[in-house]
Amino acid sequence: MSQQDVTFTPAGDDTDDPYAGVRETTEGPVYTVTGQDWDDVVGAAAAGEERIVVNMGPQHPSTHGVLRLILELDGETVTEARCGIGYLHTGIEKNMEYRTWTQGVTFVTRMDYLSPFFNEAAYVLGIEKLLGITDDIPDRANVIRVMMMELNRISSHLVCIATGGMEMGALTVMTNGFRERERTLDLFELITGLRMNSAYIRPGGVAQDLPPGAVESVREYLRWMWDHIGDYEAFCNENPVFKGRTVGVGYLDLAGCMALGITGPVLRSTGLPWDLRKSQPYCGYETYDFEVPTRDTSDSYGRFRIRIDEMKESLKIVEQCLDRLEPGPVMVGDKKIAWPAQLAIGSDGMGNSLDHIRHIMGESMEALIHHFKLVTEGFRVPAGEVYVPIESPRGELGAHVVSDGGTRPWRVHFRDPSFNNLQAVPAMCEGSMVADVIVAVASLDPVMGGCDR
Amino acid sequence: MSDNDPQSGKQDPDEVEEAARTRAETSPVEEQSAAEAPAEEAAAEAPEDESTAEALDTTGPALPPEHPSRRGMFGAYDGSGDTTGYGRLVVRDTNPVRGGSTPRPWPEELEQLGDDVSAALQEAGSTDADTFEKVLVDRGQVTFFVKREKLAEVARIFRDDPLLRFELCMGVNGVHYPEETGRELHAVIQLLSITHNRRVNLEVTCPDSDPHIPSIVHTYPSANWHERETYDFFGILFDGHPALTRIQMPDDWPGHPQRKDYPLGGIPVEYKGATIAPPDERRAYN
Repeated sequence: MSQQDVTFTPAGDDTDDPYAGVRETTEGPVYTVTGQDWDDVVGAAAAGEERIVVNMGPQHPSTHGVLRLILELDGETVTEARCGIGYLHTGIEKNMEYRTWTQGVTFVTRMDYLSPFFNEAAYVLGIEKLLGITDDIPDRANVIRVMMMELNRISSHLVCIATGGMEMGALTVMTNGFRERERTLDLFELITGLRMNSAYIRPGGVAQDLPPGAVESVREYLRWMWDHIGDYEAFCNENPVFKGRTVGVGYLDLAGCMALGITGPVLRSTGLPWDLRKSQPYCGYETYDFEVPTRDTSDSYGRFRIRIDEMKESLKIVEQCLDRLEPGPVMVGDKKIAWPAQLAIGSDGMGNSLDHIRHIMGESMEALIHHFKLVTEGFRVPAGEVYVPIESPRGELGAHVVSDGGTRPWRVHFRDPSFNNLQAVPAMCEGSMVADVIVAVASLDPVMGGCDR
Repeated sequence: MSDNDPQSGKQDPDEVEEAARTRAETSPVEEQSAAEAPAEEAAAEAPEDESTAEALDTTGPALPPEHPSRRGMFGAYDGSGDTTGYGRLVVRDTNPVRGGSTPRPWPEELEQLGDDVSAALQEAGSTDADTFEKVLVDRGQVTFFVKREKLAEVARIFRDDPLLRFELCMGVNGVHYPEETGRELHAVIQLLSITHNRRVNLEVTCPDSDPHIPSIVHTYPSANWHERETYDFFGILFDGHPALTRIQMPDDWPGHPQRKDYPLGGIPVEYKGATIAPPDERRAYN
């Protein structure tokens, strides 16, 4: 719009606030309302057409982070809805081009902060495919990876259900959800050292073997979860208020999902049992016994039920993981790729284990060389590009990994399900009430860290 | 390697032609080795204009051409006072993206896919040669390099043909190869067929000077944001996109950050008396 089209008149004589006033535009007067200036607006609204555009977010507590929803309202009805994203763009993909392949794990784990192990797994599986070592990953490493991913799926779904419940006023669901999630994060802390951003899954295996007592802790956790997971169903499944808020809300049928590339629980709520763990397995998922829960309601209620059912399936998978944990290496055997050192607690804190120091300093020149080269320079990955998809809690998480033969990625791009699925917001929300927008967006479960990267 | 200096860069036109002929004769050997070890050898067949004098050596498969930008071993060739000699090592370009088509036979399921694609194109009155620049099979994944002007049509065929039925477009992503003159910008499209449970990649290239690629939003609405993101990060203009605006960067951002000529930025950090350079100025091992 050119300068001539806009003439700005301050709202009052003594105020000069550019954010509260009336502008003449080609479409008629536009009132920018920030509060306490309703007198101007009421007069204008009485005069004729009322069309309100509301910016919901990016600092709105119910939009799951910094999602900005631009809603055009007719009364309480949403006539148009658009998403504004990019408020959490951190340039992770660009940064990774200036780090070694292994260092990249530290970045990707921070993208979708509710499902760090899935980010790591997609990226690492891409590297391993480029290296051609997919089949050389030790069994124990694969079992640990699957276990961490499934625990992570539980913690991610718990956040989705907890925050979604809170937004509808189901505060107990929120407090319980975060309590259970915290127990999951305790396991992450025990196994990886960090609650979040673990950088645990590394090219060639995992960073560290399970610490003593981990298996018992996971078993204890499973017992706790089986005892408590029913609470959510008892709270919500037949709760008339919960059903009133979710049944039929955020409707998106199979055709809509296909057109918009939607995957994950949203797709499965249309009745299509599409789960990459079953259809295009990776990390040995084909050997685990689990179901793919579906519903045919295509609405937020169905998605809630699917998430609960998926958590139960994940618990079953974790149980199977514990049963098949055999002693063995957790890193690939190729000394030119495998990260050389295991960490240990010494008198001065966490560091390379003394056994390893003794080995490289006193016993093996090659080990010293490999350590030095891998840590400073990193390994080279043969040139080429692969696209590796995995089933994250939100749908298909794909890593497009491009190498030019160097020690750094040429380009890494993540097809994040949050990014793609947010395209469905207009289809889900237009024509509904403002309050239903919250429920619909919550049922998509977007995480802006993954969406914007 | 022959005695000819591979770095001279000057060649007699006759010699090049002869090299091309020799390469054509030896190609069955190369095909076999390419099938056995795709990661290492797939790029052994270079485009004709890049074939160097080593191809005259008929005792073994030809060496891949020199890498366009990488040289040496430790990134120590440009003014760093390298005295080791490693800075003059020649790095071979094995990137399959710059190589030719992968000769058949491919792995079984990809053979089937290739046949289905040919059949679908034939039904639509077209052929593989008309539609694709080359077809690359690498690490069990197939990438069709679609001619730019054919992309919209190809996307429609891939979605609608009953043999193919790629219902979902999983994304559009850019890659910038500044050394590839005339095809610097690549857009990679990932398609997924739930009906047949298989995947395919489409890759389209365009030059920096004319960064236009047809949009596939009218076939795959899900490509909408992905194309906006690729435009935002690479400056590729998707013709026919309903609203090609920036999506991640602010609307008034100058430049396209994921391009290789866009600096990472950063400042040196001082820690305990030592100064650590920003990541893009540290030594790069290549």
